[in-house]
Amino acid sequence: MSGTTLPAVDVVLVGFGWTGAMLGQELVQAGLKVLALERGAWRDTSNDFAVTFAQDELRYYYRHALFEEPSQGTITFRNTPSQHALPMRELGSFLPATGTGGAGVHWNGQTWRFLPSDFKVRSHNEQRYGALDPDMTVQDWGVTYDDLEPYYDKFEYLCGISGQAGNLNGEMVPGGNPFEGPRRRGYPNPPLDMTYSPELFRKAAHDLGLHPFTAPAANMSQPYTNWLGVRLGQCTYCGFCEKFGCGNYSKSSPQTTIHPVLLDNPDFELRTNSTVLRVLTDSTGKRATGVLYVDDQGNEYRQPAEIVVLCAYAYHNTHLMLLSGIGQPYSPESGKGALGRNYAYQVVSGVDLFFDKDKVFNPFIGAGALGVAIDDYNGDNFDHSGLGFIGGGYICLWNTNGRPIETQRVPPGTPKWGAKWKRAVAENYMSSASISTHGAVMSHRSNYLDLDPNYRNIHGQPLLRMTFDFKDNEHRLSDYLTDQAARVGKAMNPKQVHAKYRKGNYSIVPYQTTHNTGGTAMGADPSTSVVNPYLQSWDVPNLFVMGASVFPQNPGYNPTGTIGALTYWSANAIINRYLKSPGPLMQT
Amino acid sequence: MANRKPTVLNRRSLLTGAFAVSALGGAALARSPQPPDFDPGNRFRPDEADAPAPVTGERYVFFSQEEAALMAALLDRIIPADDLGPGADEAGVTFFLDRQLSGGFGAGQSYYMQGPWSSGTKQQGYQTRLTPAQLYRTAIAGIEKHAQAHYGKSFADLDASQQDAIVTALEHHDVDLNGAPRDQFFSLLLTNASEGYFADPLYGGNRNMAGWKMLGFPGAHYDYRPYVAQHNKRLSIPPAGIYGGPAWENGK
Repeated sequence: MSGTTLPAVDVVLVGFGWTGAMLGQELVQAGLKVLALERGAWRDTSNDFAVTFAQDELRYYYRHALFEEPSQGTITFRNTPSQHALPMRELGSFLPATGTGGAGVHWNGQTWRFLPSDFKVRSHNEQRYGALDPDMTVQDWGVTYDDLEPYYDKFEYLCGISGQAGNLNGEMVPGGNPFEGPRRRGYPNPPLDMTYSPELFRKAAHDLGLHPFTAPAANMSQPYTNWLGVRLGQCTYCGFCEKFGCGNYSKSSPQTTIHPVLLDNPDFELRTNSTVLRVLTDSTGKRATGVLYVDDQGNEYRQPAEIVVLCAYAYHNTHLMLLSGIGQPYSPESGKGALGRNYAYQVVSGVDLFFDKDKVFNPFIGAGALGVAIDDYNGDNFDHSGLGFIGGGYICLWNTNGRPIETQRVPPGTPKWGAKWKRAVAENYMSSASISTHGAVMSHRSNYLDLDPNYRNIHGQPLLRMTFDFKDNEHRLSDYLTDQAARVGKAMNPKQVHAKYRKGNYSIVPYQTTHNTGGTAMGADPSTSVVNPYLQSWDVPNLFVMGASVFPQNPGYNPTGTIGALTYWSANAIINRYLKSPGPLMQT
Repeated sequence: MANRKPTVLNRRSLLTGAFAVSALGGAALARSPQPPDFDPGNRFRPDEADAPAPVTGERYVFFSQEEAALMAALLDRIIPADDLGPGADEAGVTFFLDRQLSGGFGAGQSYYMQGPWSSGTKQQGYQTRLTPAQLYRTAIAGIEKHAQAHYGKSFADLDASQQDAIVTALEHHDVDLNGAPRDQFFSLLLTNASEGYFADPLYGGNRNMAGWKMLGFPGAHYDYRPYVAQHNKRLSIPPAGIYGGPAWENGK
């Protein structure tokens, strides 16, 4: 095999986004020598998205300046196993990251905890509603909300999340989310100040007997110093969060919360422009010996390590496992094999609200997680009897932005071009708003990831093949959420409500959300999971996998808060258990 | 400054070098490529901020004169002049598109362009071999042919209602674009028109920030804290572009 063999390290991290930075910091603090390999470039605020040029809608969103280019590597896609998968030639439905900081650079900052029942989706729903659809491959996570609570807390205090607690150690707090699991203490920062349209939503939802609250945000409501001593500034509501880097050091990202400390630690090393091709294993296949990677000149290196951790984007983790021949690939025919199984996504919809011109929302005064939400229809917070689906999602009026290329709300029936279109865009810009629904996707027998037989990346490796569609559960769930969102919207008294239901097959063309989950699912049963509840590979105990690829299904929230909690939970197990006695942390 | 930053012999490379010498021998080390070096002590790079380059010049570099005339007329039907603001061409959208198509976007440089090629379902998205620049060039020729066949004139010389009839036909995918994918072209046309009308003026469109003024969007501002609590109030914040604008001049 080709490749120069390099000096060994204790730990090699594959990818240097959120999970790589979190884990890197924890492991160097525990005394290990840690190397992170990042396939993208070094990126930092002052050079790459400075406040003097960060507010550039064309460059960062429409020309994808911060995202992974499909030319470098992409996936193939089809809706069903009987179709022929074709490559995703340009980005659309989701925006995977590259470069240091990963998608933590260009997220919105909507930072949620999952519900206690979300971690027991199978056992909880079967107990309450009886047998589930046999094609639904949902499963319990093998961790509970209570297990993760200290680690949610740790991540929220790393980030300086702005929000209002709803459940402090079982005591309900007015103004917070009454459905959330108990938290040990309040958020580190108070909720953001609110703009006008979310306040109208709050009042309407409250008047309907629902439970609105200011959404938790990784946008700073005030200056903040985290437990690593890294400081963030107050958010300026510039309206350029998701798809953009924050020029103002006021959105939590690896750059603004961890990098300044970690990169100065002599036990930590980062190599950028270093793409890992696969995990290397010894002759038994039961032990990882390191990774094979390639630099941007095409030179290959073998990097030995005692512990390998996959911290790449969700579906890249699955791709690397498949390319490395670790674990049994899933077969939808036999149902056997766990690798690539449980791929899920998010089912989102919107309700546009058009008001008379005397309502002025100034939509450009925004922040990525500025909004008022209700959780009344998430998870199992409501009785699903007779509804024909499980799970749910939050409903929120976000005021993320008023960027004029992206945010053009026009009433239904408006032509797509010409004088009438132009007038509709101009007249509704200030006086319209949208309510979003953020629905769960339950894993399903025929939604999965495997290697594509026809298409290859620039390294000559097979592309990952994604087979995914929305099933009955998603459509029923999303229609229900959209109905509820429209009901709140009507109560806000606009002149027109346009409920945009998510109809038909899933398409990779329109942007929806970068919440790809599953493929290396976690669980307590090795026949249906790739990693155990400590995110340790069942097959190769010195290999760990971080990130949303371990979600067995995707609840109705943004994933980052739970990714953060799981990373710290796993770091704790690695440091306090694995290092003392390397080997499986759970017996099969 | 040519090429990359000078190699910095930092603590890590010293350690790596020492280990490598003992493990592999000096000769092996000398022949071996070195891994890409990221120097944490040198991570803030003065004078290397990756600011965008404004477009320059006035002449078209991608469109021929005839193509530019057709595109100007076509874009003016997509975004016509009226009391709300200038038409697309006056706002610089044709020029914007020329510069976009002559650069990396036109070349489809970020797209996955490896075969095999086949047309899939709508849900599988863009599958044409044409780059955006080739797509426009091919489609423009098709539109001109259509205009000549139906009206005996160039598209640019037709009256507005005739042009609108052709745009409607384009929208319904009823115009043969010399084999170029009709749905792909029309949706790209609408997106690019909107980009040119509303993107930062540094890219050549949105002249005089006309698109932003039409909406009341203040542009590349980064601090709205004083306005957050001003609910339901019409603000008059002069627009700012990344490289200037009324807000900058007022601040002088």
